[in-house]
Amino acid sequence: MSEQFQPHIIGFLCNWCTYTAADSAGVSRMEQPPNVDIIRVMCSGRVEPAFILKAFAEGADGVIVSGCHPPGDCHYSNGNFKTFRRMPLVEALLAQYGIEAERFRWGWISGAEAAKWAQLVCSFTEQVRELGPLNWKRELQSRKE
Amino acid sequence: MMDAGRHPHIKLLTYSEVEEVSGYVGHFHVKVRQRPRYVDMDLCTGCGECAEACVLKKGVPNEFDAGLSRRRAAYLPMNGQGVPMKAVIDEEACLFLRRGKCTQACLEACATEAIDFEQKDEIVELDVGAILVATGFDMFDPSRLSSYSYGKSPDIIDGLEFERLSSATGPTQGQILTAAGKKPERVAIIHCVGSRDENANRYCSRVCCMYSLKHAHLVRDKTGADVFEFFMDIRAFGKDYEEFYERVQQEGVYFVRGRGAEVLVQDDGQIQVRAENTNLGIPVDINVDMVILATAMEAQRDAARVASTLGISRSANGFFQEAHPKLRPFHTNTDGIFLAGTCQSPKDVPDTVAHASAAAAETLSLLSRGEVVISPTTAVVNDELCSGCKTCIALCPYSAISFVSEGATGVATVNEVLCKGCGTCVAACPAGAITARHFSEQQIFAEIEGLFRIPLAADLEKEMALS
Repeated sequence: MSEQFQPHIIGFLCNWCTYTAADSAGVSRMEQPPNVDIIRVMCSGRVEPAFILKAFAEGADGVIVSGCHPPGDCHYSNGNFKTFRRMPLVEALLAQYGIEAERFRWGWISGAEAAKWAQLVCSFTEQVRELGPLNWKRELQSRKE
Repeated sequence: MMDAGRHPHIKLLTYSEVEEVSGYVGHFHVKVRQRPRYVDMDLCTGCGECAEACVLKKGVPNEFDAGLSRRRAAYLPMNGQGVPMKAVIDEEACLFLRRGKCTQACLEACATEAIDFEQKDEIVELDVGAILVATGFDMFDPSRLSSYSYGKSPDIIDGLEFERLSSATGPTQGQILTAAGKKPERVAIIHCVGSRDENANRYCSRVCCMYSLKHAHLVRDKTGADVFEFFMDIRAFGKDYEEFYERVQQEGVYFVRGRGAEVLVQDDGQIQVRAENTNLGIPVDINVDMVILATAMEAQRDAARVASTLGISRSANGFFQEAHPKLRPFHTNTDGIFLAGTCQSPKDVPDTVAHASAAAAETLSLLSRGEVVISPTTAVVNDELCSGCKTCIALCPYSAISFVSEGATGVATVNEVLCKGCGTCVAACPAGAITARHFSEQQIFAEIEGLFRIPLAADLEKEMALS
């Protein structure tokens, strides 16, 4: 069996919805590949575009940003709307850097949607695995040299 | 209400509207506009002589009787059962206030000289620690759905009108009569008018099933008329409610399962209700003398304005939004502002009492503590870096950021009591001047870096499998 590529994916999850969903997916022992590392933020509105670029620059092969469902689920009234406005700009920015759109996923998963989170982890890991490693860190370093 | 009016520590500001709310938990500053009632509250004894004397004999529709009776320009609100029981002069109806021409018989009639036509709007300013919102609901206006023919016949009435009709203090002293003054022989009650309906409100208004059962009981009891209830489902959810439903069934009320589709008024005034009996799978047409529409509870028509004055949010159906549907049902997302009763969602009396009592207890426990607990995860502005662009101010969902002018420019500053620490302002600050405590950029960057220093869990699993 040829060795399978293990992508490294960073997920920025809001404390109230998607982080809860991920927690409950774990507690419910839903099967999911161990390729996603989660960074908890209080609100998806806290996610700066710089966090996503930083993750790619450090060697991530894929990034997930997920918060509460619009319009009304946000714990902070409307932080998810700010995410809604920012993330398309991030998509445009990543395209300019030459990063495939398939490496970045953003959306909404409520605290009750543990299965949806597990399913996202499975499908996104598979999707990034097919793209192969991004090697952005190596490329950045070689350019510096 | 009477007890609240008498309580030495409760100040009632009736006939008033909240104009402006500023500040935060523990330090609210509220501006209230008191409309003139043209009656001196201290002098008025509530005798009602002015109402007797008022020359506006034909009167205006009495809102307390849902327009079924008329009142004059000077009147005692709620048919003399209001709190405080003082007269008021309706400036939109009063001939003197409207046209400046009137014999002013009320002035003469008033023994205590309480009437004062010179009264003007008054702004009352209050400093309070907490705000409890109990603004109630509005009734759905059934004329918005033309299929019910509301307004085409005086015998097509809504739940509130029936309530007045059967009330001992109502226009008929509690007798259930048609507009022609006769006892009805056949009465239809149509459930879910304005609720569970995609053309009006999708939500279940919760109280209508039970009040309709009560109406059916009252009609049977007082008139012996045949009662037909058109329902989709009966939601008898509370303590002893199912038992009451069974009792009404045994009283001989005809229950027709199926939404009352249409109410028709024939040329001779005969009212016909058309529906489908879904149990039998047949359409039904029933001629009746009276139709009672079980209208839904809706958010107050000015709920949007009240929400923006108070800085609280509303749910998709227009009612005020609670902080958590199960665990914090009477809190809002603004600390120090609480919700009581039907301004939050449709509720029946026991639920309203429970909700309001809980909200009052929560308010008292907040005030008696004398200090508030705040979360350490707040945003903080670095004055040295802030360029005063004000980007953050518009983004804050809690209006926690204000601008402090310093000469020509200024800096933003975060009120830590109001800030909930969502970090939206931090992400947006172009100067990087705002830090989210415990979620700072350095901390998150370090987290990201750290994640790439340790082997990926997937690789660890592989190693473990090999060894």
